[in-house]
Amino acid sequence: MHNVISLVLRRMRLPLIILISTYAISVVGLTLIPGIDDQGNPWRMDFFHAIYFVSFLGSTIGFGEIPYPFTGAQRMWTTFTIYAAVVSWLYAIGTILTVIQDQGFRRVLAFQSFARKVRRLQEPFYIVCGYGDASRLLVHELSERRIHCVVVEKDREKIEELAVEDLPDYVPGLSEDATNSDTLITAGLNRPNCRGVIALTGDDHSNLTIAITSKLLAPDVQVICQSDSKDSAANMASFGTDHIIDPFEIFASRFAMMFHSPSMYLVYEWMTAVYGSPLSEFKRPPTGTWVLCGFGRFGKAVREYIAIEGVKTRLIEADTELTGAPLDTIEGRGTEANTLLEADIQDAVGIIAGTDNDANNLSVLITARYLNPGLFTAARQNQQKKTPIFKAADIDLIMQPGTIVAQYILGLILAPLLGDFFRLTRDQNEEWANVLVSRIAGVVAEITPETWELDISRLQAPAVFDSLIRRNRVQLKDICTNPKNSAELLPCVPLLIKRDKVAMLLPDMEEFLQRGDQILFCGRQESTYQIRYVVNDQQALHYIQTGIDRPGGILWRWITKAQ
Amino acid sequence: MNLEKVIFAFFSILALTLNYGFFIGELDDPSHHNVYELFAALIVSLIATIMKFGDRAHIGALLLATSLVADLQLIAAAMVWGYVVYVVEAPLEPSVMSSIVSLSGGALLANLTSVILLVVETVTFRR
Repeated sequence: MHNVISLVLRRMRLPLIILISTYAISVVGLTLIPGIDDQGNPWRMDFFHAIYFVSFLGSTIGFGEIPYPFTGAQRMWTTFTIYAAVVSWLYAIGTILTVIQDQGFRRVLAFQSFARKVRRLQEPFYIVCGYGDASRLLVHELSERRIHCVVVEKDREKIEELAVEDLPDYVPGLSEDATNSDTLITAGLNRPNCRGVIALTGDDHSNLTIAITSKLLAPDVQVICQSDSKDSAANMASFGTDHIIDPFEIFASRFAMMFHSPSMYLVYEWMTAVYGSPLSEFKRPPTGTWVLCGFGRFGKAVREYIAIEGVKTRLIEADTELTGAPLDTIEGRGTEANTLLEADIQDAVGIIAGTDNDANNLSVLITARYLNPGLFTAARQNQQKKTPIFKAADIDLIMQPGTIVAQYILGLILAPLLGDFFRLTRDQNEEWANVLVSRIAGVVAEITPETWELDISRLQAPAVFDSLIRRNRVQLKDICTNPKNSAELLPCVPLLIKRDKVAMLLPDMEEFLQRGDQILFCGRQESTYQIRYVVNDQQALHYIQTGIDRPGGILWRWITKAQ
Repeated sequence: MNLEKVIFAFFSILALTLNYGFFIGELDDPSHHNVYELFAALIVSLIATIMKFGDRAHIGALLLATSLVADLQLIAAAMVWGYVVYVVEAPLEPSVMSSIVSLSGGALLANLTSVILLVVETVTFRR
């Protein structure tokens, strides 16, 4: 990108040369034309007075004829000078205004101010590419937690929206194409404090390009990508993209989970929910025959997953050829009663409206419920701004791709161990999940739990680390105890300990901690602060372990020892 | 032939020659140094400066710097002249004249550097 000053100066070359020439000619003219002084003697204006005269004349101030009244020849020359000066000034000012209003110039200005803001960021930050529904939610949540991020989005209007959004942390935005490697570098890809690139452009190919660019230019930076198809997901995985998120896949797998293990579903929901939202209650979907409207990427994923659960689906699809729908698919949009009746809506147990058109989805559900009031209704909501209408429609299960993606990424950023946790829970059964759900529900009252991580390191847990170096033993329950009352456990559940790359699911409270352990907690938010206090404070840890409030100062320690 | 280069070379060399014309003569003799020549040298030097505005090549930046030096020296010379004659309202003493001419001598050196740089650029370009 060009330097702004040199850009302006280059455009100003001709106007400035014209301005200087006009002034020079006018001044020389005035010094050459003979005049008459107040005594009637021949007189010529000198350079000093000529420059003075032309200066106030050129700026149309006009102090009059100085130092003596002009002769006819001088007045004629002055008339010429007035017009020449005004025209040259207009030209110069006009050029400056044109340069400033120029789209290209403004783009350069915006680009440079963005680059400057990124350079000034000293703390870790994330680059968010694309500013759609998912990114908006994610940026809100990140800035709420004072995790810095910068946004790159092709669409200028969306960047303007970001600029007027009331975020607690300042988020710089740039309207450039993020698939361009220069743009990513300007957004700070190569900076040592860049933690990750999050590609949510809404276009698989762009996400792929961003992922490959980031991985090539900065191999250590975490890359998180949204992918809407298996092909591109496989492609992204092939060059080491850290996390690939397919919202349809996530939803479909959770939906399937609702059929066979509702508690497991709750565990997943709670772990990725935004902290502070009310504990979700859900209606368990009935097993039987379902009607599925729309056989796009969403419909395919849902059908595939619930088929594993033994749930049969009857398909309705408007374009059977394009989507490659099976032969028994009913052709139509599903918004009319006759299509739904053809799909035997009256003896189905549920309906899923999964097209990419929100109005059609709502229409399908309302028509279907009219035909069969007992139906379980599930809808795909494509646009975040339609939330009020979907809420009003009283739907049993709403799938918002933006929310799913944003929450999933937030979980990965706030607690990377969640990935390990989810991997291990896959092998667990419903009873295990039942126990976990009741444990979590016991510590969090009404709102969804917060999930966080703690490393037993010198930086994050100095008190525990020091104790371990001195070969004292510290148990997991020690750090989960209320520092004000050693008999009371804090409202939190340790979900996982990762030690030497081996993960222990739901560790025992008697477990002895080791240096380098990474612990994943979930629970009420205030326990975060209390655990942080315990692992930072020797006295608190000692009190919890022994029940004795040990004196802190050297003098008091000496006195108590002497007794 | 590059018209921009021709025009720039023209103004650079004209600035040098006009500057030289003003500078040459007895150092402290006002009759050897014409005020019109100083004015012309200043204007041409200003135009040469503006023509190098926004040039991002290394030699372009150097040329801009040298011609800015020349402008500064010539403006200083003109201001000394104007101050003594119209503010102090004293006649042009030899001491005043010599300081005006020596200031323009500094500008001459800067203009000479410009022209040398121009020649160097042209020669390396032709290689």
